[in-house]
Amino acid sequence: MQPLARTLRAMLEPILAISLSLIALSALLAVSGYSVTAAMTALWHGAFGSWSVIASGTLVRATPLLFAGLAVAVAFRAGILNIGAEGQLLAGAAAATAVSMTISPAFGLVGSCLALMAGAAAGGVWAGIAALLRQQFGVLEVISTIMLNVIMLHLTGLLVRGPLQESTATFPQSALIDQALRLPRIVPGSRLHAGVVLAVLSALVLAWFLRSTARGFRLRMTGANPRAAASAGGIDVAKVATAAFIASGAIAGLGGAVEVTGVTYALYENLSPGYGYTAIAVALLARLNPMAAIGSAFVFGALEAGAAAMQREAQVPAGMVGVAEACVILVLLASEWIGARAGGWSILSRGGPPPEQNLAELATRGEQA
Amino acid sequence: MNTLADFLDASVRSATPLLLAALGETVSERSGVINVGLEGTIIVGCLAGLAAATIVGPTAALAAAGIAGLIFATIFTIIAIWLGADQIIAGTAITMLGLGLTGTLYRVLYGDTGAALSAPTLAPIGIPLLQDLPLIGSALFHQPLPTYLAVALVPAVWWWLNRTHSGLAIRATGENPAAARSSGVSPRRVQTIASLFGGLCGGLAGGALVLAQVGTFAEGMSAGRGFIAIAIVALGRWSPLGAAIAALFFGMASALQFLFQSLDLKLPYQIFLALPYVLTLVALAFARGRYRAPAALGARVGAADVS
Repeated sequence: MQPLARTLRAMLEPILAISLSLIALSALLAVSGYSVTAAMTALWHGAFGSWSVIASGTLVRATPLLFAGLAVAVAFRAGILNIGAEGQLLAGAAAATAVSMTISPAFGLVGSCLALMAGAAAGGVWAGIAALLRQQFGVLEVISTIMLNVIMLHLTGLLVRGPLQESTATFPQSALIDQALRLPRIVPGSRLHAGVVLAVLSALVLAWFLRSTARGFRLRMTGANPRAAASAGGIDVAKVATAAFIASGAIAGLGGAVEVTGVTYALYENLSPGYGYTAIAVALLARLNPMAAIGSAFVFGALEAGAAAMQREAQVPAGMVGVAEACVILVLLASEWIGARAGGWSILSRGGPPPEQNLAELATRGEQA
Repeated sequence: MNTLADFLDASVRSATPLLLAALGETVSERSGVINVGLEGTIIVGCLAGLAAATIVGPTAALAAAGIAGLIFATIFTIIAIWLGADQIIAGTAITMLGLGLTGTLYRVLYGDTGAALSAPTLAPIGIPLLQDLPLIGSALFHQPLPTYLAVALVPAVWWWLNRTHSGLAIRATGENPAAARSSGVSPRRVQTIASLFGGLCGGLAGGALVLAQVGTFAEGMSAGRGFIAIAIVALGRWSPLGAAIAALFFGMASALQFLFQSLDLKLPYQIFLALPYVLTLVALAFARGRYRAPAALGARVGAADVS
């Protein structure tokens, strides 16, 4: 495919996916007897109605989605189907809360950093379990990460009713994190916190890492074709895959830590409304590209913020947005088929390319992806 | 001991939807198709079962749930098999779709209050004499229709996979689609049939959950059963009998909470909620080496056609 055509397609596809999903959402709204105009107006107001809505709604919700989306992207790029961002994010949130409860508020910003690091570590450990099961015991990571999501949800439930419960022991949530240990707000009068900067920085670093470092190249090769990477590239694919898996969990865990120290200030069970699952749509819409994930997370942040408004103002169940998100993924998968017919490239090359494909072709394929 | 009999009874009841879903998934995976969308299919079956039960009664509603599952699975079939998309990602999207769609439709159909709408349920059918056996009588011979259906499906699916031409075609496709194609089998058609059967069973599982266990619908009530069913297939080493044993094992893990409640042990209930999932991971780790997945499981057969 010509470069121009490729760029055009890369831009057209997300627009097509989002448009079709909004059409599907409208159709569902109409069939369900809601006023499509009222619901869509509410969606728009909730997402882009004013600068303060964009800052406090869309951008605040886009932040965990970007972290989780990056986590999914880095894992998928390495050929690891990490469906566990949800659990890893919760693990990070729990660890950050635990650290924030333990250390003295006198630590201030240093304390916040400690909490974030603890969150990343916990996310990495939680993903590490699945990585270990995959490497040592051959357990499909799809199954193990989903199981670990559920286990972490119940573990969080246990924590907020036990060791981390607030002092009156009435509500299933932790005490509020001390003012001094919270992430600073960056736009006065809004809920927008420093975490959004951290998320964008993570995306930039990850983009640089994947594109310009030897390790990033090895990661991409491992994902593109593990057999070729091992035999022709001399890459220890098991090691690379495990490292990518743990790094993916750490990024998701960091997202969870940012969420408690920047937004909720407390740990509770339903901290994440499925950020880890939406993250799959975020990553796919961005074609697993960290830079593009910034835009993609913004779109889904807007959708989530708009959905909340839709529920408030037009009484539309928020579950509808889940339908729209699923549609985005399905449309992208379908358009990939059209792309394959046109001789393009695919999001994932699981199962490996045909054997006759040589390494030179593979390298260009890796560069394109 | 009455407690133990109750425990076994609860185990079999919890195992029934898992077994139904796992049998369908076994057939699907033997043809090389892993359907993570099973979770979404089950919850679609739940809602369809509830809606149909209020109109046509519970027995016909079970069939309706199965058909709803089959129809819902066609979306996955089109995307993953006909368009050759990645099965795992397509399946994840299908699960999101199922959970979102049912949550929305339930509120549309039965109002925002989310008031528990109860459906007529399937009464247990007792088998004369056998149901009076001590300990296992109630667990095995005094159960509602879906349990007997699931048990009957175990040998039926085994027969289908191992003793029929179409079963051979399914297994051949799952091991080596290219070889199957060259011997005149259409992998796409075989996988379509297998994955639609998986949808039918997933729908039945959802129907069984509502009509024989819970009696009502709640958002997200499938509660990971689709994923556990996929784990059961792996634990059961892709055989119907293995799936039955693994499903019973999970039924027992779920039923433990009732046993411990009756023994009055003061343990947080989250431990029991998490237990089946922890056991899945442990069991999958220890099942290492003794089982082998179909060679072409998850491979993109459709994609090979276009490239």
